[in-house]
Amino acid sequence: MTEKNDVGILAFGAYLPRLRLSRKAVAEANAWFNPGLKGLAKGERTICNWDEDSVTMAVEAARDCLTGYDRGKLASVAFASTTLPFEDRLNAGIIVEALNLKPNVNAQDLTASQRAATSGLITALQMARGGAGPVLMIGSEKRRTRTASPLELQTGDGAAALLVGAGPVVAKFIASASRTVDFVDHFRGEGFEFDYTWEERWIRDEGYNKIVPAALADLFKSTDVKPADIAHFAMPCVLARVAAGIAKKAGMPDAVVRDNLHTVCGETGAAHPLVMLVDALEKAKPGDKILVVGFGQGCDVLLFEATDNLAKLTPRLGVKGHLARRKEETNYNKYLSFNDLVSIERGMRADVDKATPLSSLYRNRRMLTGFIGGECKKCGTLQFPKSNVCVNPNCNAFHTQEDHPFADTPAKVQSYTADRLTYSPDPPHYYGMVVFEQGGRTMIDFTDADGETVDVAAPMRMMFRIKEYDSNRGFTRYYWKAAPAGKPAQAKA
Amino acid sequence: MATGIRDKVAILGMGCSKFGERWDKEADDLMVEAFEEAIADAGIEKNQIEAAWLATAIEEQHVGKSGVPLAVALRLPYIPVTRVENYCASGTEAFRGAVYAVASGAADIALALGVEKLKDTGYGGLPQRGRGALNSMYWPNMSAPGSFAQLAAAYRAKHNKKPEDLKRAMAHISVKSHDNGNKNAKAHLTNKITMENVLQSPMIAEPLGLFDCCGVSDGSACAIVTTPEIARSLGKTDIISVKALQLSVSNGTEAQHNSWDGSYFATTRIASKRAYKEAGISNPREEIDLIEVHDCFSVTELVTMEDLYVSPEGGAIKDVLDGFYDAEGKIPCQIDGGLKCFGHPIGASGMRMIYELYLQMQGKAGPRQRKELPRYGLTHNLGGFPHQNVCSISVIGKYGA
Repeated sequence: MTEKNDVGILAFGAYLPRLRLSRKAVAEANAWFNPGLKGLAKGERTICNWDEDSVTMAVEAARDCLTGYDRGKLASVAFASTTLPFEDRLNAGIIVEALNLKPNVNAQDLTASQRAATSGLITALQMARGGAGPVLMIGSEKRRTRTASPLELQTGDGAAALLVGAGPVVAKFIASASRTVDFVDHFRGEGFEFDYTWEERWIRDEGYNKIVPAALADLFKSTDVKPADIAHFAMPCVLARVAAGIAKKAGMPDAVVRDNLHTVCGETGAAHPLVMLVDALEKAKPGDKILVVGFGQGCDVLLFEATDNLAKLTPRLGVKGHLARRKEETNYNKYLSFNDLVSIERGMRADVDKATPLSSLYRNRRMLTGFIGGECKKCGTLQFPKSNVCVNPNCNAFHTQEDHPFADTPAKVQSYTADRLTYSPDPPHYYGMVVFEQGGRTMIDFTDADGETVDVAAPMRMMFRIKEYDSNRGFTRYYWKAAPAGKPAQAKA
Repeated sequence: MATGIRDKVAILGMGCSKFGERWDKEADDLMVEAFEEAIADAGIEKNQIEAAWLATAIEEQHVGKSGVPLAVALRLPYIPVTRVENYCASGTEAFRGAVYAVASGAADIALALGVEKLKDTGYGGLPQRGRGALNSMYWPNMSAPGSFAQLAAAYRAKHNKKPEDLKRAMAHISVKSHDNGNKNAKAHLTNKITMENVLQSPMIAEPLGLFDCCGVSDGSACAIVTTPEIARSLGKTDIISVKALQLSVSNGTEAQHNSWDGSYFATTRIASKRAYKEAGISNPREEIDLIEVHDCFSVTELVTMEDLYVSPEGGAIKDVLDGFYDAEGKIPCQIDGGLKCFGHPIGASGMRMIYELYLQMQGKAGPRQRKELPRYGLTHNLGGFPHQNVCSISVIGKYGA
């Protein structure tokens, strides 16, 4: 049973990129240098398409989380990541604009630790207990790893989002505990591209095995819930059997230790505690106690109890749905090229200056970041972009356009091509005219598209992606793209 | 009530440079090459020209902005020179400026010259260029072949055509144009090709292969126009006059309103209807003898045949494969080789097309001359993208016919 004033998780969502890099392909390419990598070469990891980063994944996870929810109610957005595209520009601000939230929301970036998301989650839950909220807590990570490093095989890209507040919670917050210890298992100094990592055995013995049990002990002291009552123990850790060992020592049954999704996804950095929590919530039964751990210069532990509101939640993709939205990638060179880990000959067509006129971007942010078009007050015609004069040839009224959001409207392909002339980091470049279900259309870039998924009349959905990266100035410009939303409408000839 | 341009202006002289990879020539060399032919043909002195129009589209690749490059290249005597740019219709747009100047009585003799030097980019295909600050932030990263290729997808879907039938008709278009270009020394590409060449060429933008795309080249073409009376006073007989000049510009309906299905050019349908009315043509399939269209891509030519109301809607594949548009067919299309063989120096293309009609009507087209001199000819340019473009149509014919 839930109470009106219960505080906890009101809704959840996730986003995992469609591409899955076969670890075997990575190990085979690098075994000449480090044969030991073959031991890590099981399963696959999620990798971003060339036009994805922690912000785009965060937007998609947030959209998933907010499925069926009135976004106008949101009070706050917290975005946790150690791989923010901007060091000085509010990354959460991009998310707020992309989600068309009211400008009076509070927004902040939480960073610099693998437990940034769990620490943010504790703060959000405490805010909700104090009557503030709801808070949208997002974790998203796209870790940059060195070629042929173990991290390359251990990590994955992904994001998860939780709506935190008081009301009909799907998981009631029971208790939390935190420890802060300056334990440096790895670090990434200012201006450095890659992590510097210490020996795994030391991390296991002095880090996980000492810090997490201490925090768990604090947690169980503060609640009537006993370790034996736990149904789901969600602890991200790439080291073998560490989570199981900690669970056993704490008195939790073996079976409650949740799969860390290594074989299908990889560890999504600061986002991973939330990803594993969402995965647990998707499988939890009402009454299940869920324990989540975030580790990084100490640790956070959070205890939740699933409620019967789980069944009432509007269906969403979540971890399960995004894992099913999958395309295997066995070309390691393509992954290296997408991540600029190899200097590929991009051709002269890639040479154009991609400078962004910031004043124009700002003036048009509702259109470009929010994907807001217009609806004619006089004739009802929808159009994108919005303009002074209605596009309907039988109307053409001046100054009748009101804002109309297009991001969540399903669309169909009217015409398309696969272009090998224009520059694309992933040729051929798919784009075409998409027609929106309730009216309106736009000629737009496609993403996550291929010959099997794109055809005339194919259903598409809009996704927030990188439009251009200006490597001369370090500026990422975002926009929306159309992605295949289902099976092809007709057989490809 | 406007009466239109029919028979108000005569072509006094025309010139056209050799089109191609003119590595050894600057844009002003090409302008002079076209102009010297035209001024000799016109039989006048340079200082008799009272106004000029210059067409260039991607001027940042060669001459830069304004009318100055033409005035300097020809040392025009401080006359008005206007530079025009209107996508691929730029050349015809310059011609329209000169013709209207003569028709209005503002000038007795006017010059229209188009030039483009595109081969200094270092790569094949049209140069990359900006689309405007806001457009660049939301338009797809599209190329010309990629935007025109989409006609094929929409055309197939609308008319329920098999991809292989459409692809075969498109291939026939390219083979036909190369057959014609083979007889034209001024063309960039003069080689013959086979259906197999086209069908097996590398994919550029599905379903357009390399041989479905026109070339990119350097070139210049120009026209000197005057009134029929002045032309006659200068000793011209068999005068070729302008019957119609029309332009239609997309207003965003195709790009933004769901009334357009993507399978045709809305602008071409409107501009061609207006042009036929202006020229007094009621049945283009019967009355027009020669067509030069904007065959930037084979599929553009195919769809345009319907938008010009020469082939019935959905019937272009049949007409093309029947040879209706071949050099020996009922209405030859691209008898000079078209953009396919000339390439597309943007500012020059429109006048290169008119130049061919002008030659054919005087029986001066050499090895590719039609036996029966054409009476009415049509040129068509299409600039931009199928979903947002500028279309120009001209009808040229024998004066008084």
